[in-house]
Amino acid sequence: MRITAEHLNFTYNPSSPFASKALKDVSLTIEEGEFFGIIGHTGSGKSTFVQHLNGLLRVPTSLKKYKAKKPKKGEILPPKTVLTVGEFDLTDKKTDFRALRKHVGMVFQYPEYQLFAETVEADVAFGLKNFSEKKLSDDEVKDAVKQALEIVGLDYEAMKDASPFDLSGGQKRRVAIAGVIVTRPEVLVLDEPAAGLDPLGKKEIMQLLHKLHKEWCQTVVIVSHDMDEISENCTKAAVFSEGEVKFVMPPSELFRHADELFSLGLDIPRTAKICRALEQRGVTLECDFTTEDLIRKALALKG
Amino acid sequence: MLKDVSFGQYYPVDSFVHRMDPRLKLVFLIAYIVAIFLAKNFYGLGACLLVLVLAVAFSRVPVRKVLRSMKGILFLVVFTAVINLFFYRGEEILFSWKFITISKEGIIFSIFLVLRLFLLVMCSSLLTYTTTPVALTDGLESLLTPLKWIKFPVHELALIMSIALRFIPILMDETERIMNAQKARGANFESGGLIKRAKAIIPVLIPLLLSAFRRAEELGDAMDARCYMGSKNRTKYKKLKFGWRDLIGFLLVAALITGVVLLRVYLGATI
Repeated sequence: MRITAEHLNFTYNPSSPFASKALKDVSLTIEEGEFFGIIGHTGSGKSTFVQHLNGLLRVPTSLKKYKAKKPKKGEILPPKTVLTVGEFDLTDKKTDFRALRKHVGMVFQYPEYQLFAETVEADVAFGLKNFSEKKLSDDEVKDAVKQALEIVGLDYEAMKDASPFDLSGGQKRRVAIAGVIVTRPEVLVLDEPAAGLDPLGKKEIMQLLHKLHKEWCQTVVIVSHDMDEISENCTKAAVFSEGEVKFVMPPSELFRHADELFSLGLDIPRTAKICRALEQRGVTLECDFTTEDLIRKALALKG
Repeated sequence: MLKDVSFGQYYPVDSFVHRMDPRLKLVFLIAYIVAIFLAKNFYGLGACLLVLVLAVAFSRVPVRKVLRSMKGILFLVVFTAVINLFFYRGEEILFSWKFITISKEGIIFSIFLVLRLFLLVMCSSLLTYTTTPVALTDGLESLLTPLKWIKFPVHELALIMSIALRFIPILMDETERIMNAQKARGANFESGGLIKRAKAIIPVLIPLLLSAFRRAEELGDAMDARCYMGSKNRTKYKKLKFGWRDLIGFLLVAALITGVVLLRVYLGATI
């Protein structure tokens, strides 16, 4: 499913003293099959943007009404807001948002805090049961839950009857992710999937996402602060700052704009830092900023 | 959905009333309520209304916003008015049917009651519009200080109150986040019967409770780590000070009470 946003605006608490503009004229396209990264500061609008993708935040309908009116002479109407995910038109109030949510899985920040059921199996099955039109048989549920738990790297037999609250942090997160992907969404959106995990846990989560990307979900979108995470994993990345999109390009190009990123208060990955330091010393390495590629190019240089 | 529930309806502008001392504002509120109940005729209530209008004008809170606080008790107001209208035993009977009688006194009494309720709600909501919850608890603590003589834990009480108040918006945010997360997993909070809806709340309630406990524990640890021992020898970050605004307020409220009493003595009581 292709995701298209054009001229998307969003204001929190409109027409009150607390009004704050979170998105300003955001235009962005995420092609099917991409492993897309969204980078930005706290408050840059990145979370607001991803919450639009499955209809948790809506395009204000008053804007639409305004557009339906014929413009007066000399009046310039703001450009039309477009937001589509596959066939779903999210600017339309009549869209079936529950159907959309089945196709767009959303993993929030610290998803382990949304666990609630008595057993891991029941928790993972929650979304599955909610989304299915007909009542699923026990075997069907069991099958789907088993597959979901296994793809996130947990042992079904050992886990299914455990309380989700007795697990370790990393395990909880895996269960939470399993609870989202169990419905086989075509697009998987994750807000800071690796936040608060130890280095090994981070690495494992990213490996898991690659596995999901290959086998289950066509498109994966991650929101991240960690530039290394973006450069190592993403095929394309967008930079948000103060509600605007500043860059949309593959990481191999993006991190050449180091100075602009610094001025936005962002960082560049370690690999890009190494390349910069080498360049200042007169050695130019053309790499795509993945560790793998950096090593290869460095070895090639050595001859 | 949750954003519509405005809690702690503080309206952030800078005004005469906003800058008054919260302790005095609390005292004024009590004095004003006393004045409302001292007023036994419409002239007295008129004087109260005049003071309210002045206070609203100097608070720079939009009138519409203040009036909106009536919405919550509209039913109560209408209900009391109707009950009093029908069942007040007056002398000059205008209409009578079975056990319902409407008398002239009943009409007057109902109007009086509605006005009184209106003034009561308006003045208390004006206080919450112009005073932050934190300032309110600060003021309350200071006003309750005499209770310390009988070993009443005033400081602890104020602390509990301010922590509770502080946590309400945090828990609201949390609720919304959890609701969103469960909505993304297909939870449906908006349709279905009563039982179905009550059931739908469980996936929100359990994580919310857990997080409330977690936060309480964290806060307790943080306070312990800083050796927080309560009131002994603590100084305040924001010292409450009386100023000229409070003097004006005091004069106004004192004048109101005197006026209301004089009006009652010289013009007689309507009810």
